[in-house]
Amino acid sequence: MQKRLFTIESNDPVARDTFRIVLRTDGPVAVRSGQFVDLALPEFYLRRPISISDALPDGVVLYYKVAGEGTRVLATMPAGTRLELLLPLGSGFHPEKCDKAALLIGGGLGVAPLYLLAKELLAQGKQATAVLGFNKADEICLADEFRALGIPVLIATMDGSVGTKGFVTDAIAAAKPAFDRYYSCGPLPMLKAVCKTLDAAGEISLEERMGCGAGFCYGCTVQTANGPRRVCADGPVFDKEEIQW
Amino acid sequence: MVNKDLSVQLCGLRLNNPVVPASGTFGFGLELADTFDLNVLGGISLKGTTREARFGNPTPRIAECNAGMINSVGLQNPGIEALVADKAPALRKIYRGAIIANISGFSVEEYAYNCERADACPDIDILEVNVSCPNVHNGGMAFGTDPASAAAVTKAVKAVSHKPVFLKLSPNVTDIVSIAKACEDAGADGITLINTLLGMRIDIKRRQPVIANKMGGFSGPAVFPLALRMVYQVAHACSIPVMGCGGVRRAEDVVEMMMAGATAVQVGAENLRNPMVCPEIVAALPGLMEQLGINSLQEIIGIV
Repeated sequence: MQKRLFTIESNDPVARDTFRIVLRTDGPVAVRSGQFVDLALPEFYLRRPISISDALPDGVVLYYKVAGEGTRVLATMPAGTRLELLLPLGSGFHPEKCDKAALLIGGGLGVAPLYLLAKELLAQGKQATAVLGFNKADEICLADEFRALGIPVLIATMDGSVGTKGFVTDAIAAAKPAFDRYYSCGPLPMLKAVCKTLDAAGEISLEERMGCGAGFCYGCTVQTANGPRRVCADGPVFDKEEIQW
Repeated sequence: MVNKDLSVQLCGLRLNNPVVPASGTFGFGLELADTFDLNVLGGISLKGTTREARFGNPTPRIAECNAGMINSVGLQNPGIEALVADKAPALRKIYRGAIIANISGFSVEEYAYNCERADACPDIDILEVNVSCPNVHNGGMAFGTDPASAAAVTKAVKAVSHKPVFLKLSPNVTDIVSIAKACEDAGADGITLINTLLGMRIDIKRRQPVIANKMGGFSGPAVFPLALRMVYQVAHACSIPVMGCGGVRRAEDVVEMMMAGATAVQVGAENLRNPMVCPEIVAALPGLMEQLGINSLQEIIGIV
């Protein structure tokens, strides 16, 4: 873990209440998919943990939703603003454990970390299909970016405005994509439905309100099959077998 | 610049400097071993430990506040045997400063048992007895908010300990001096204060408390003046050393705490915001001492 200053290169709305922020720093940045950064905002005491959506040689791309006071302030910050980040944090996904084909299942902003994972899988010569779930059409983000990687994209919306009407599990049932391992990030009910529905090996990324973000305050512990585990340091990615629903 | 002496004497132990991460905000030290060289720290107060392993409270355990935060971790820890057999020896392999075991309990007997076990561990230098945790029922704070109970715990742990015993006190009391004096009279070697203040936040959209356990311990820069006041009162009323704790976030706060009477200064919530804050404070102290005309930190303890 390092504490480093980054500069906002761009910070733009890409969907309803959803922003894409590009941050660059001096020197190389080494991160893996599934890891996150902890971002300090002036005037706010605790940092904001945000998952890494893409890795640049000297920076990171993040997506965030304006959900509270801190993200509201973040959304007003122009290019050139300096931000202090802790990174890289968390365990990350394991693309190397995928044999041939992966299913990437994201719900809402949970789609963000799957983008870097898709690039890692493709770099390892594996195939991937992205299943992206949203409430409505105006929330959809990253779908075009996944398509630009050349991988199939299935979309599910709760109101049926785009793609399959219903949950990501409905889209998977309809399209029956081939895969030997899945990776999922999104709301807890979705993760539960995914884990209960799919028999293949899987990894899921959990979210929890954090203190330090780096494993020493024990503020984000969840009970698992392997005992108490810190979401920030032991996760946020866990094998599906570890989670006690 | 004249060579600055940052060292302090604490119950016969020489600390390289007064800066000590506070219990609960630094894990067992090992979690930060790859982040910076722990040997810059005067001491490390380890995560509060009970006899049995504890999962702690449900999440959310953390709530942000203006100039601070609330935590309700609820003493998650691997138990006293893991501390003495695993955590403390592993830390000692990489750390030469003072290792402070933070001991919790749910009965006088449990406090005594845990202290006896920690006392027998050669890798532990100081016992810090937590009678002030606001996040567990029937334990912790219940022993630290009444002079007679605090004295009873002190007597019991002193009877089984050869190492310096500090009692970590709660600010959630009417008269901190009477409790500190009761601990001193019962044989305590030192006092750590303050633990967190019992606080609460409500999510006004969801109409429910932010913290799953409803309330938790408030800490951060907002509590610094209150902590400083209590350190001042206790240090002047007692003749045993005080480790000052509460809202410390920079070298200036360390000097201020020491002028109020603290021999060592613990840094708590700020570690969560900035994991490098302790080494940054240690690095800033010599320059600040130069500005203030201080050659030795030991000399300023309690000068106000």
